[in-house]
Amino acid sequence: MPSICFYFQVHQPYRIKRYSVFDIGNDHDYFKDENLNEKGNKAVMEKVSRKCYLPTNKILLDLIHKHPEFKISYSFSGTALEQMENFAPEVLESFQKLIKTGNVEVLSETYYHSLAFFYSDEEFIEQIKLHKKKIKELFDYEPKVFRNTELSYNNELATIIERLGYDGILAEGWEHYLGYRSPNFLYRPKGTQKIKLLLKNYKLSDDIAFRFSNKQWKEHPLYVPKFCNWLNSVNGNGNTVNLFMDYETFGEHQWEDSGIFDFLYSLPEEILKHPDNNFKTPSELISTYQTVGELDIHNTLTWADAERDLSAWTGNSMQKSSLRKIYEIEEDVINSADEKLKADWRKLQTSDHFYYMCTKWFSDGDVHKYFSPYESPYEAFISYMNILNDFRLRLKSS
Amino acid sequence: MKVLMFGWEFPPFNSGGLGTACYGITKALSEKGVEINFVLPRDYKIDEDFLNVISTRLPKIKIKEIDSLLVSYMTSENYRRRFLELTEGNIECNYCDNLIEEVHRYSKVAAEVAAEIDHDIIHVHDWMTFPAGIEAQKVSRKPFIAHVHSTEYDRSGGHGLNPYVYKIEKDGINYADNIIAVSNLTKNKITNGYDENGDKIEVVHNAINVSDFAGGKNHSHNFKNYKIVLFLGRLTLHKGPDYFLNAAKKVLEKNEEVLFIISGSGDMDYQIIEQAANLGISDKVLFTGFLRGKQLRQIYKMADLYVMPSVSEPFGITSLESLASGTPVIISKQSGASEILNHCLKVDFWDTDEMANKILAVVNHEELKTCLSDNGQNEVSNFKWSSVADKIIKIYNKLINRPLV
Repeated sequence: MPSICFYFQVHQPYRIKRYSVFDIGNDHDYFKDENLNEKGNKAVMEKVSRKCYLPTNKILLDLIHKHPEFKISYSFSGTALEQMENFAPEVLESFQKLIKTGNVEVLSETYYHSLAFFYSDEEFIEQIKLHKKKIKELFDYEPKVFRNTELSYNNELATIIERLGYDGILAEGWEHYLGYRSPNFLYRPKGTQKIKLLLKNYKLSDDIAFRFSNKQWKEHPLYVPKFCNWLNSVNGNGNTVNLFMDYETFGEHQWEDSGIFDFLYSLPEEILKHPDNNFKTPSELISTYQTVGELDIHNTLTWADAERDLSAWTGNSMQKSSLRKIYEIEEDVINSADEKLKADWRKLQTSDHFYYMCTKWFSDGDVHKYFSPYESPYEAFISYMNILNDFRLRLKSS
Repeated sequence: MKVLMFGWEFPPFNSGGLGTACYGITKALSEKGVEINFVLPRDYKIDEDFLNVISTRLPKIKIKEIDSLLVSYMTSENYRRRFLELTEGNIECNYCDNLIEEVHRYSKVAAEVAAEIDHDIIHVHDWMTFPAGIEAQKVSRKPFIAHVHSTEYDRSGGHGLNPYVYKIEKDGINYADNIIAVSNLTKNKITNGYDENGDKIEVVHNAINVSDFAGGKNHSHNFKNYKIVLFLGRLTLHKGPDYFLNAAKKVLEKNEEVLFIISGSGDMDYQIIEQAANLGISDKVLFTGFLRGKQLRQIYKMADLYVMPSVSEPFGITSLESLASGTPVIISKQSGASEILNHCLKVDFWDTDEMANKILAVVNHEELKTCLSDNGQNEVSNFKWSSVADKIIKIYNKLINRPLV
C-alpha cells in the first residue's frame, strides 16, 4: 500500500541586474533588474504566475475539494514569497487558500534558498529562523520537516536539523548510496536518534518533471493509467512513493500543450481507484511509518544532474571564488547595524547566482542556458563580482 | 577529385586570415585525397623558393604562380604606389597601371592556365580572384565556387564602398554556381548587398590547427607587474583599433597596471598613434608593427587577454588562434567567430564602456581568466580543418553530380 507523497518546490531568486564596473559606487539597487528585460524578476514572476502558479493552484484546490483525501506539500523560498507579495499578490492568496484547506504541508528551508549550510552554520540557522518567521506570518503555519537547497544533503546536515527540532528531512533517493535498498521506505540518517529521512523516487518523479513531454522517450505520451500502474507496482515492496519536483514542472517546464495539466487533474482519481493507495504529506509519513534502516551519506548528495552533487554551483573557479568572497565578509555584515545591507548580502547568497556561472554544459545550449538571464556564465560572474565590490564599499562605510 | 583553386596569398607570405584559411583548407582537402592546383599572383620581390617547400609538405597541392603585382588586402591607392615604385625604376613590365585593370589582366592569364590544367571544380577565394574564376569557367565549363572570406562592406567598414571592387565582387557572386560564406553574418551580407536569395550559399565556418599554437604561456616578459591586453590585426577602420584605444583609456582610469599592445599595421597607423597621445595614454600603449611566425605565436602567449573589437568581421580567425594559445578573448558581436564561440566574452564594438568593463573583469579576476582560457582552449580544439574539408567536399560532390541544365 504505497502512500503517494507530493512535494513541490516553489522558488524564485532575486536576479541581479547587468552591473558594470562603472556602476560601482553609484548604484546600489542590485535587484532592480529592468535591464534583463523579460528575464528580470518582475517579468519572470508574472510569466510563471500566469503559466504555472495560478493554473496549477486552481487545479490542486479543485482536486482537494473533489477528493478530501488528496494531500500535497510545498517548500517556498523566502525570496519567492517576497516577490509574490510585491509582484503577484493574487498568487500568494491562492497559496494561502490552499494551505487553509488543511491538506497541504509546508516545509522548512533556508529563507534565501542558499548554500549557507556548506559555508556557515550560524548563517544557515539564521536563515531557517527567518524562513520560519515568514511562513508563520504568511500562512500561520509551523514547518516540522526540512529540505535544503537543491535537496542537498549529508549526515552532518541531518544531525543539525535534528538538533533544531525537526521530525524529518528530505533527500534524493539515489542508488549510488542506496545500493539494494529502495527509496520507497523511510530511513534513519547515520548519527541521529529520531529524525526520519524521506527519499525522492527520482525515476517516477522525473517521468513527470523531466520526461513528460519528451517525444524521444519511449514511454511518451505518458497517460495517467500507465503511470498509476508503475505506482501500483510498488505495492508490497514499499511504504511510500515520494514524488518531489519543482513546481514549475506544471506549465513552465512542461508546457500546457503537452497535456501536463490534464495529467495532473486526473491523477488523484486514478491513484485512488486502487484501494491500497492513499496520499500522505511528509509529516504524515513520519507518524505512520517506521524507519527500516540506517543510511550513511557522507558526501553531499543533491537532486541535480547525473552527478547528483553540487558541481553545478561550486564546480569552477569563478563559483568557488565568488562563494568564498560572499561568506568571508559575514562577520562584518552581521556586526553592522544596517538591515538593508544584511538583506542585500543574503539575497546575494541565493544559489541561483552561482548556478548561472556554471560552465559545464554551456556549449550544449541545454536547460542550464535556457534559465539564465545572462548571455553567458562569464557575464553572470562579472556582474556578480562588480556588485560584490560595490557592496564591500558600502560595508566599509557603514 | 581535381580542384583548380585561385587565391591571393599563402603562408608564410600572408598578411591576414585569408592566407591562413587557404592553407588550412587546402592542407585538409589534400589529406582527404583532393588534388589541388593553387594559382596565386607572384610578388616579383619574393624569390625564395617557398612554393617548393609547401609542395613537399603538401604532396597533393601544386602551386602555380602568375606574374602579377597583386597582393592581398590591396587598395587602389597602394597598388598605384607599388606600380609607380616599379616603373620609376624603369623596370620593364606587363603590369597595368591600376588595380582593377591588373585584376582583369590577371584573369586573362588565369584563363590560359585553366586550359592547361585538368580539373573538376573551380574554387576561388575573395574578390580579386573572381574574374579569374569566371574566365577559367568559360574555358572549362566546370562548376565555379566563390568562397567569400570578406566583402567590400566589411573592408570599407561601411564607408566609401569602392564601386569597382564591389562590381567585380557582385559579378563573381552572381555568376558562381555555389558560394561558401565563412559565417552567417557574411551570408546575410551577401543576400542583402548582392542580390542573392541565399539558395546557393553554404556557410562553412573556419577552423584552426591548435597544435600550431601549443605550448605553455609565456610569462617571462619584461612587464611583470602589468597585465597585457592585445589588439592584433590590420590597423584599418573595420578592425576597430580606435574603439580599442577608447576602451583602454577607460580601463586605465580604473587600473593603471595594464599595458595595451597593438600588433599590426595599416592605413590607420598614424591616426592610432596620435589617438593614443591625445588620450594621454601613450605610455601604456605599445606598437609592435606587423608580426608573423614565431613572434606572432609569442605575442599571443604573452598576452593576458586578446580583444577583437571589429566593426565588421566576417570571421576573425585570430580569436581562435588566441584561444588555442591559452589566451582568453573578448570579441565583437559583429563577428563570424561569435557564431561558433561560446567560451569567450562578447561586446558590441561601439560599446567601449562594456568593453572596458569586460577587460577590467578579466585583468582583475584571475578566476575568470582561468575559466575563459581553459574552456576556450578546449572549445577551439573542436574546430578542425578536416571537418571544414568534409563540408567542402560535400559541396564539390553536389556540384559535380548535379544534372546538366
